[in-house]
Amino acid sequence: MDDLTLAGVTLGSRLILGTGGATSLHALEQAIRASGTELVTVALRRVDPVGGRAAGGLLEILERCGVGVLPNTAGCHTAVEAAKVAHLGQEAFDTTWVKLEVIGDERTLLPDAVELVPAAERLVADGFTVLPYTSDDPVLARRLADVGCAAVMPAGSPIGSGLGISNPHHVRLIRQAVEVPVILDAGIGTASDAALAMELGCDAVLVASAVTRAADPARMAAAMRHAVIGGRLACEAGRIPRRFHALASTPDDGRPAL
Amino acid sequence: MELMLNGIRQSMLDGATVADAVASLTTRTRGVAVAVNSEVVPQAGWATTALADGDRIEVLTAAQGG
Repeated sequence: MDDLTLAGVTLGSRLILGTGGATSLHALEQAIRASGTELVTVALRRVDPVGGRAAGGLLEILERCGVGVLPNTAGCHTAVEAAKVAHLGQEAFDTTWVKLEVIGDERTLLPDAVELVPAAERLVADGFTVLPYTSDDPVLARRLADVGCAAVMPAGSPIGSGLGISNPHHVRLIRQAVEVPVILDAGIGTASDAALAMELGCDAVLVASAVTRAADPARMAAAMRHAVIGGRLACEAGRIPRRFHALASTPDDGRPAL
Repeated sequence: MELMLNGIRQSMLDGATVADAVASLTTRTRGVAVAVNSEVVPQAGWATTALADGDRIEVLTAAQGG
């Protein structure tokens, strides 16, 4: 499979793994290795040694796996808050990349477009490589690309829902609407969803819950790895047109008279 | 002085710095970021940034997240 170029950086895998939802760091490490990913997301939360969130444990695993770190702004509801978390992520992880999330609704965790665009614009101005989690709205995707985002990451369906891609047509329209990479983010439930995303023309897929909350995360991570490769190849290969009736693949010519 | 450290009320000696607040939670400095009263304090400034009564300090690190 061809490499993915994201903001000038070449990635050998078109699968990005979210680390949220894993039952243990050990299970997460196994999933990361099985996925073949080169980039994983992390959140920023309070150091809480009593509650079990010591500083450093997760980062050590990511370093051992040799994957890049993409900090997110999960849980932010305003542009101001998201920008601050992005800057804190830069401090903690020494990266200017950010998966920008500005949530507008608690039940669906869908993005707040009105806050998202100015947040993206501000962070681009601050020198960040901004990868915004967005809805499946082609116009919003174009607006995000216009303000300088390095990619757009439309939700297939709500985060953690496993509902797959609820509007494949919009995902196709987004692919046509922007020049930057399109990364299907959120809603993937199983391998066929990831393959479909790639067949629709997405450049990469970001998966978290579908892997980390699977009964066997490492096995699902391997499934996603193959699904993304298969979907990408199928997209490039060019599928046959859909037909209403059958079209024989075996020729009539030479058929014996019996 | 009294201040809020990661959402918990704490007493710290007058003259305490951001570095002291971080050290009360973790011995690590890599992978840690700090905000005081919602403003980022770069790591290079931890030892020289004095805390004041009523400050809200957030000491953050990597957590699992999508």
